[in-house]
Amino acid sequence: MARLCMAVMVIWTALAAFSTHAVIETYEFSSPALQERYQSLSAELRCPKCQNQNIADSNAPIAQDLRRLLYEQLEKGSSDQEILDYMVARYGEFVRYRPSFDSATAALWLAPVVLLLGGFALLILTVRRRGEPVPLDSLSASDKDQLRSLVDAAEKEA
Amino acid sequence: MAPRLKLFAPLLIFALLALLLFRGLSLDPREMPSALIDKPLPEFELLSLGEQRMLTREDVTGQISLFNVWATWCVSCRVEHPYLQQLADAGVPIVGVNYKDEDSAALQWLQDLGNPYTVNIADRDGTLGLDLGVYGAPETYVVDAGGVIRYRHVGVVDERVWRSILEPIVLELTAAEMN
Repeated sequence: MARLCMAVMVIWTALAAFSTHAVIETYEFSSPALQERYQSLSAELRCPKCQNQNIADSNAPIAQDLRRLLYEQLEKGSSDQEILDYMVARYGEFVRYRPSFDSATAALWLAPVVLLLGGFALLILTVRRRGEPVPLDSLSASDKDQLRSLVDAAEKEA
Repeated sequence: MAPRLKLFAPLLIFALLALLLFRGLSLDPREMPSALIDKPLPEFELLSLGEQRMLTREDVTGQISLFNVWATWCVSCRVEHPYLQQLADAGVPIVGVNYKDEDSAALQWLQDLGNPYTVNIADRDGTLGLDLGVYGAPETYVVDAGGVIRYRHVGVVDERVWRSILEPIVLELTAAEMN
Protein backbone atom coordinates (compact mmCIF):
# COMPACT_ATOMS: atom_id res chain seq x y z
CA MET A 1 0.00 0.00 0.00
CA ALA A 2 2.77 2.40 0.96
CA ARG A 3 4.54 1.60 -2.27
CA LEU A 4 1.40 2.26 -4.29
CA CYS A 5 0.94 5.60 -2.51
CA MET A 6 4.51 6.50 -3.31
CA ALA A 7 4.07 5.64 -6.97
CA VAL A 8 0.92 7.73 -7.22
CA MET A 9 2.64 10.66 -5.56
CA VAL A 10 5.63 10.48 -7.87
CA ILE A 11 3.42 10.43 -10.96
CA TRP A 12 1.23 13.22 -9.64
CA THR A 13 4.22 15.41 -8.87
CA ALA A 14 5.67 14.78 -12.30
CA LEU A 15 2.35 15.68 -13.95
CA ALA A 16 2.00 18.82 -11.85
CA ALA A 17 5.50 19.91 -12.80
CA PHE A 18 4.74 19.20 -16.44
CA SER A 19 1.54 21.20 -16.48
CA THR A 20 3.09 24.31 -14.93
CA HIS A 21 5.81 24.38 -17.55
CA ALA A 22 3.72 23.34 -20.51
CA VAL A 23 2.70 26.91 -21.36
CA ILE A 24 6.15 28.47 -21.21
CA GLU A 25 8.58 27.73 -24.00
CA THR A 26 12.15 26.84 -23.08
CA TYR A 27 15.29 28.16 -24.67
CA GLU A 28 18.65 26.45 -24.93
CA PHE A 29 21.33 28.89 -23.87
CA SER A 30 24.95 28.61 -24.91
CA SER A 31 26.06 29.40 -21.37
CA PRO A 32 24.54 29.28 -17.88
CA ALA A 33 25.45 32.95 -17.38
CA LEU A 34 23.18 33.90 -20.29
CA GLN A 35 20.39 31.83 -18.82
CA GLU A 36 20.78 33.65 -15.52
CA ARG A 37 20.60 37.04 -17.23
CA TYR A 38 17.56 35.83 -19.16
CA GLN A 39 15.83 34.95 -15.88
CA SER A 40 16.60 38.26 -14.24
CA LEU A 41 15.76 40.40 -17.28
CA SER A 42 12.51 38.59 -18.01
CA ALA A 43 11.54 39.13 -14.38
CA GLU A 44 12.30 42.83 -14.63
CA LEU A 45 10.56 43.53 -17.95
CA ARG A 46 6.89 44.23 -17.68
CA CYS A 47 4.34 42.80 -20.08
CA PRO A 48 2.76 45.77 -21.93
CA LYS A 49 -0.53 43.93 -22.38
CA CYS A 50 -1.11 42.42 -18.96
CA GLN A 51 0.21 45.18 -16.83
CA ASN A 52 0.66 43.47 -13.51
CA GLN A 53 2.82 40.66 -14.78
CA ASN A 54 6.39 40.50 -15.93
CA ILE A 55 7.14 38.84 -19.25
CA ALA A 56 8.42 35.74 -17.48
CA ASP A 57 5.01 35.07 -15.90
CA SER A 58 2.72 36.23 -18.66
CA ASN A 59 1.37 34.03 -21.37
CA ALA A 60 0.14 36.87 -23.57
CA PRO A 61 1.37 36.67 -27.18
CA ILE A 62 3.31 39.90 -26.77
CA ALA A 63 5.12 38.48 -23.73
CA GLN A 64 6.08 35.41 -25.76
CA ASP A 65 7.43 37.68 -28.50
CA LEU A 66 9.42 39.70 -26.00
CA ARG A 67 10.87 36.57 -24.42
CA ARG A 68 12.00 35.33 -27.83
CA LEU A 69 13.49 38.73 -28.57
CA LEU A 70 15.25 38.73 -25.21
CA TYR A 71 16.68 35.29 -25.94
CA GLU A 72 17.88 36.32 -29.39
CA GLN A 73 19.50 39.49 -28.14
CA LEU A 74 21.25 37.70 -25.29
CA GLU A 75 22.65 35.11 -27.68
CA LYS A 76 23.71 37.92 -30.01
CA GLY A 77 25.86 39.30 -27.20
CA SER A 78 23.92 42.45 -26.28
CA SER A 79 24.53 43.91 -22.84
CA ASP A 80 21.71 44.23 -20.30
CA GLN A 81 21.66 47.99 -20.83
CA GLU A 82 21.42 47.62 -24.61
CA ILE A 83 18.49 45.26 -24.26
CA LEU A 84 16.68 47.53 -21.79
CA ASP A 85 17.29 50.56 -24.04
CA TYR A 86 15.92 48.61 -27.01
CA MET A 87 12.75 47.72 -25.11
CA VAL A 88 12.29 51.22 -23.69
CA ALA A 89 12.70 52.78 -27.15
CA ARG A 90 9.68 50.75 -28.30
CA TYR A 91 7.45 50.41 -25.26
CA GLY A 92 8.51 53.35 -23.10
CA GLU A 93 9.77 53.40 -19.51
CA PHE A 94 6.57 51.58 -18.69
CA VAL A 95 8.13 48.30 -19.78
CA ARG A 96 10.63 48.33 -16.89
CA TYR A 97 9.72 47.55 -13.32
CA ARG A 98 12.66 49.73 -12.33
CA PRO A 99 12.29 52.78 -14.59
CA SER A 100 15.15 55.23 -14.90
CA PHE A 101 14.93 58.40 -12.86
CA ASP A 102 13.45 61.37 -14.72
CA SER A 103 10.81 64.03 -14.20
CA ALA A 104 7.98 61.58 -14.92
CA THR A 105 9.19 58.91 -12.51
CA ALA A 106 10.59 61.21 -9.80
CA ALA A 107 7.48 60.89 -7.63
CA LEU A 108 7.65 57.10 -7.95
CA TRP A 109 11.27 56.95 -6.81
CA LEU A 110 11.14 59.65 -4.14
CA ALA A 111 7.79 58.87 -2.50
CA PRO A 112 9.09 55.98 -0.35
CA VAL A 113 11.99 58.08 0.98
CA VAL A 114 9.73 61.06 1.67
CA LEU A 115 7.12 58.89 3.39
CA LEU A 116 9.77 57.13 5.47
CA LEU A 117 11.32 60.42 6.59
CA GLY A 118 7.84 61.80 7.34
CA GLY A 119 7.07 58.72 9.42
CA PHE A 120 10.30 59.11 11.38
CA ALA A 121 9.61 62.78 12.01
CA LEU A 122 6.14 61.96 13.29
CA LEU A 123 7.52 59.18 15.48
CA ILE A 124 10.17 61.42 17.02
CA LEU A 125 7.65 64.19 17.68
CA THR A 126 5.21 61.77 19.34
CA VAL A 127 7.84 60.12 21.51
CA ARG A 128 9.21 63.49 22.61
CA ARG A 129 5.81 64.82 23.53
CA ARG A 130 5.01 61.66 25.46
CA GLY A 131 8.26 61.95 27.41
CA GLU A 132 7.50 65.47 28.61
CA PRO A 133 6.64 65.58 32.36
CA VAL A 134 3.12 66.64 33.21
CA PRO A 135 3.34 70.06 34.86
CA LEU A 136 2.49 69.86 38.57
CA ASP A 137 0.08 72.76 38.56
CA SER A 138 -2.10 71.13 35.89
CA LEU A 139 -4.37 69.82 38.65
CA SER A 140 -6.90 72.18 40.14
CA ALA A 141 -7.30 72.48 43.92
CA SER A 142 -10.48 70.34 43.93
CA ASP A 143 -8.74 67.68 41.79
CA LYS A 144 -5.90 67.59 44.30
CA ASP A 145 -8.35 67.14 47.16
CA GLN A 146 -10.13 64.33 45.33
CA LEU A 147 -6.81 62.63 44.55
CA ARG A 148 -5.74 62.93 48.16
CA SER A 149 -8.98 61.35 49.45
CA LEU A 150 -8.73 58.49 46.92
CA VAL A 151 -5.14 57.73 47.96
CA ASP A 152 -6.16 57.87 51.63
CA ALA A 153 -9.07 55.49 51.06
CA ALA A 154 -6.86 53.03 49.21
CA GLU A 155 -4.23 53.12 51.96
CA LYS A 156 -6.88 52.51 54.62
CA GLU A 157 -8.13 49.44 52.75
CA ALA A 158 -4.61 48.08 52.46
CA MET B 1 -4.13 72.60 15.85
CA ALA B 2 -7.10 73.46 17.99
CA PRO B 3 -8.78 70.33 19.42
CA ARG B 4 -12.04 71.28 17.67
CA LEU B 5 -10.36 71.35 14.28
CA LYS B 6 -8.69 68.01 14.98
CA LEU B 7 -12.11 66.40 14.91
CA PHE B 8 -12.39 67.26 11.24
CA ALA B 9 -9.19 65.41 10.31
CA PRO B 10 -10.93 62.11 9.41
CA LEU B 11 -13.43 63.95 7.25
CA LEU B 12 -10.59 65.75 5.49
CA ILE B 13 -8.71 62.52 4.88
CA PHE B 14 -11.88 60.91 3.58
CA ALA B 15 -12.50 63.80 1.22
CA LEU B 16 -8.95 63.63 -0.15
CA LEU B 17 -9.15 59.88 -0.65
CA ALA B 18 -12.55 60.16 -2.31
CA LEU B 19 -11.19 62.77 -4.70
CA LEU B 20 -8.20 60.59 -5.55
CA LEU B 21 -10.25 57.43 -6.08
CA PHE B 22 -12.89 59.28 -8.07
CA ARG B 23 -10.17 60.46 -10.42
CA GLY B 24 -8.98 56.87 -10.70
CA LEU B 25 -12.39 55.76 -11.93
CA SER B 26 -12.04 57.71 -15.14
CA LEU B 27 -8.42 56.68 -15.87
CA ASP B 28 -7.72 53.83 -18.25
CA PRO B 29 -4.46 52.10 -17.30
CA ARG B 30 -4.28 50.52 -20.74
CA GLU B 31 -3.94 53.88 -22.38
CA MET B 32 -0.23 54.38 -22.45
CA PRO B 33 1.52 57.06 -24.41
CA SER B 34 3.49 55.48 -27.22
CA ALA B 35 7.26 55.76 -26.88
CA LEU B 36 7.30 56.75 -30.55
CA ILE B 37 5.24 59.92 -30.44
CA ASP B 38 6.96 62.61 -32.54
CA LYS B 39 9.44 60.05 -33.80
CA PRO B 40 9.64 58.88 -37.41
CA LEU B 41 7.88 55.70 -38.43
CA PRO B 42 10.44 52.86 -38.06
CA GLU B 43 12.26 51.66 -41.16
CA PHE B 44 11.01 48.38 -42.58
CA GLU B 45 11.07 46.25 -45.69
CA LEU B 46 8.04 43.98 -45.92
CA LEU B 47 5.84 42.51 -48.62
CA SER B 48 2.64 44.18 -49.62
CA LEU B 49 -0.29 41.91 -48.74
CA GLY B 50 -1.28 39.79 -51.73
CA GLU B 51 1.44 41.22 -53.95
CA GLN B 52 5.04 40.31 -54.69
CA ARG B 53 6.10 43.87 -54.00
CA MET B 54 8.38 45.09 -51.24
CA LEU B 55 7.19 48.08 -49.25
CA THR B 56 9.43 50.44 -47.35
CA ARG B 57 8.83 53.43 -45.14
CA GLU B 58 9.05 55.78 -48.14
CA ASP B 59 6.33 53.90 -50.06
CA VAL B 60 3.68 54.38 -47.40
CA THR B 61 4.40 57.92 -46.18
CA GLY B 62 4.04 61.29 -47.90
CA GLN B 63 0.59 62.28 -46.80
CA ILE B 64 -1.22 62.50 -43.49
CA SER B 65 -2.66 59.05 -42.92
CA LEU B 66 -3.87 56.56 -40.37
CA PHE B 67 -1.88 53.37 -39.79
CA ASN B 68 -4.20 50.65 -38.60
CA VAL B 69 -2.74 47.52 -37.02
CA TRP B 70 -5.16 44.66 -37.63
CA ALA B 71 -5.41 40.89 -37.94
CA THR B 72 -8.09 38.34 -38.72
CA TRP B 73 -7.63 36.73 -35.29
CA CYS B 74 -8.49 40.03 -33.64
CA VAL B 75 -12.14 40.25 -32.70
CA SER B 76 -12.18 44.01 -32.09
CA CYS B 77 -10.74 44.52 -35.58
CA ARG B 78 -13.94 43.08 -37.00
CA VAL B 79 -15.89 45.50 -34.83
CA GLU B 80 -14.04 48.56 -36.09
CA HIS B 81 -13.84 47.45 -39.72
CA PRO B 82 -17.15 49.00 -40.91
CA TYR B 83 -16.17 52.35 -39.42
CA LEU B 84 -12.74 52.24 -41.07
CA GLN B 85 -14.54 51.57 -44.33
CA GLN B 86 -16.67 54.68 -43.74
CA LEU B 87 -13.57 56.75 -43.08
CA ALA B 88 -11.89 55.41 -46.21
CA ASP B 89 -15.00 56.18 -48.26
CA ALA B 90 -14.89 59.72 -46.88
CA GLY B 91 -11.35 60.04 -48.22
CA VAL B 92 -9.15 59.33 -45.20
CA PRO B 93 -6.06 57.41 -46.31
CA ILE B 94 -5.59 54.32 -44.12
CA VAL B 95 -2.51 52.15 -44.36
CA GLY B 96 -3.05 48.64 -43.01
CA VAL B 97 -0.46 46.79 -40.97
CA ASN B 98 -1.60 43.20 -41.16
CA TYR B 99 -0.04 42.00 -37.93
CA LYS B 100 1.05 38.37 -37.39
CA ASP B 101 -1.61 37.03 -39.69
CA GLU B 102 -1.87 34.66 -42.63
CA ASP B 103 -2.03 35.98 -46.20
CA SER B 104 -4.92 33.77 -47.24
CA ALA B 105 -7.05 34.60 -44.20
CA ALA B 106 -6.31 38.31 -44.50
CA LEU B 107 -7.12 38.43 -48.23
CA GLN B 108 -10.34 36.52 -47.63
CA TRP B 109 -11.29 39.03 -44.92
CA LEU B 110 -10.74 41.97 -47.26
CA GLN B 111 -12.74 40.27 -49.97
CA ASP B 112 -15.67 39.47 -47.66
CA LEU B 113 -15.80 42.66 -45.62
CA GLY B 114 -14.35 45.24 -47.99
CA ASN B 115 -10.96 46.88 -48.16
CA PRO B 116 -10.60 50.26 -46.47
CA TYR B 117 -6.82 50.28 -46.87
CA THR B 118 -4.80 52.11 -49.50
CA VAL B 119 -2.14 49.46 -49.06
CA ASN B 120 -1.49 46.65 -46.59
CA ILE B 121 1.89 45.87 -45.07
CA ALA B 122 2.17 42.14 -44.44
CA ASP B 123 3.91 42.02 -41.06
CA ARG B 124 4.06 38.23 -40.78
CA ASP B 125 6.50 37.95 -37.88
CA GLY B 126 5.41 41.12 -36.13
CA THR B 127 8.76 42.83 -36.67
CA LEU B 128 7.24 46.16 -37.66
CA GLY B 129 4.73 45.77 -34.85
CA LEU B 130 7.61 45.30 -32.44
CA ASP B 131 9.41 48.40 -33.69
CA LEU B 132 6.15 50.33 -33.36
CA GLY B 133 5.67 49.11 -29.80
CA VAL B 134 2.40 47.37 -30.68
CA TYR B 135 1.12 45.20 -27.86
CA GLY B 136 -2.18 44.10 -29.26
CA ALA B 137 -4.51 44.75 -32.14
CA PRO B 138 -6.23 46.96 -33.06
CA GLU B 139 -4.02 49.99 -32.73
CA THR B 140 -4.26 53.08 -34.88
CA TYR B 141 -1.50 55.63 -35.46
CA VAL B 142 -1.75 59.09 -36.93
CA VAL B 143 1.29 59.64 -39.15
CA ASP B 144 1.99 63.02 -40.73
CA ALA B 145 3.19 63.74 -44.26
CA GLY B 146 6.81 63.63 -43.14
CA GLY B 147 6.34 60.10 -41.82
CA VAL B 148 6.40 61.18 -38.16
CA ILE B 149 4.10 59.42 -35.70
CA ARG B 150 1.81 61.94 -34.00
CA TYR B 151 -0.63 59.83 -32.06
CA ARG B 152 -1.38 56.27 -31.08
CA HIS B 153 -4.83 54.99 -30.21
CA VAL B 154 -5.13 51.56 -28.60
CA GLY B 155 -8.44 49.81 -29.20
CA VAL B 156 -11.36 50.17 -31.54
CA VAL B 157 -11.73 53.30 -33.66
CA ASP B 158 -15.38 54.31 -33.78
CA GLU B 159 -17.32 57.48 -34.43
CA ARG B 160 -16.63 58.82 -30.94
CA VAL B 161 -12.87 58.18 -31.07
CA TRP B 162 -12.59 59.65 -34.54
CA ARG B 163 -14.63 62.78 -33.80
CA SER B 164 -13.15 63.54 -30.39
CA ILE B 165 -9.53 62.42 -30.77
CA LEU B 166 -8.24 61.46 -34.19
CA GLU B 167 -9.99 63.95 -36.46
CA PRO B 168 -8.87 67.02 -34.47
CA ILE B 169 -5.26 65.79 -34.71
CA VAL B 170 -5.57 65.19 -38.46
CA LEU B 171 -7.16 68.62 -38.96
CA GLU B 172 -4.43 70.29 -36.92
CA LEU B 173 -1.73 68.57 -38.95
CA THR B 174 -3.47 69.55 -42.18
CA ALA B 175 -3.66 73.17 -41.04
CA ALA B 176 0.02 73.12 -40.04
CA GLU B 177 0.93 71.81 -43.47
CA MET B 178 -0.97 74.58 -45.24
CA ASN B 179 1.13 77.21 -43.53
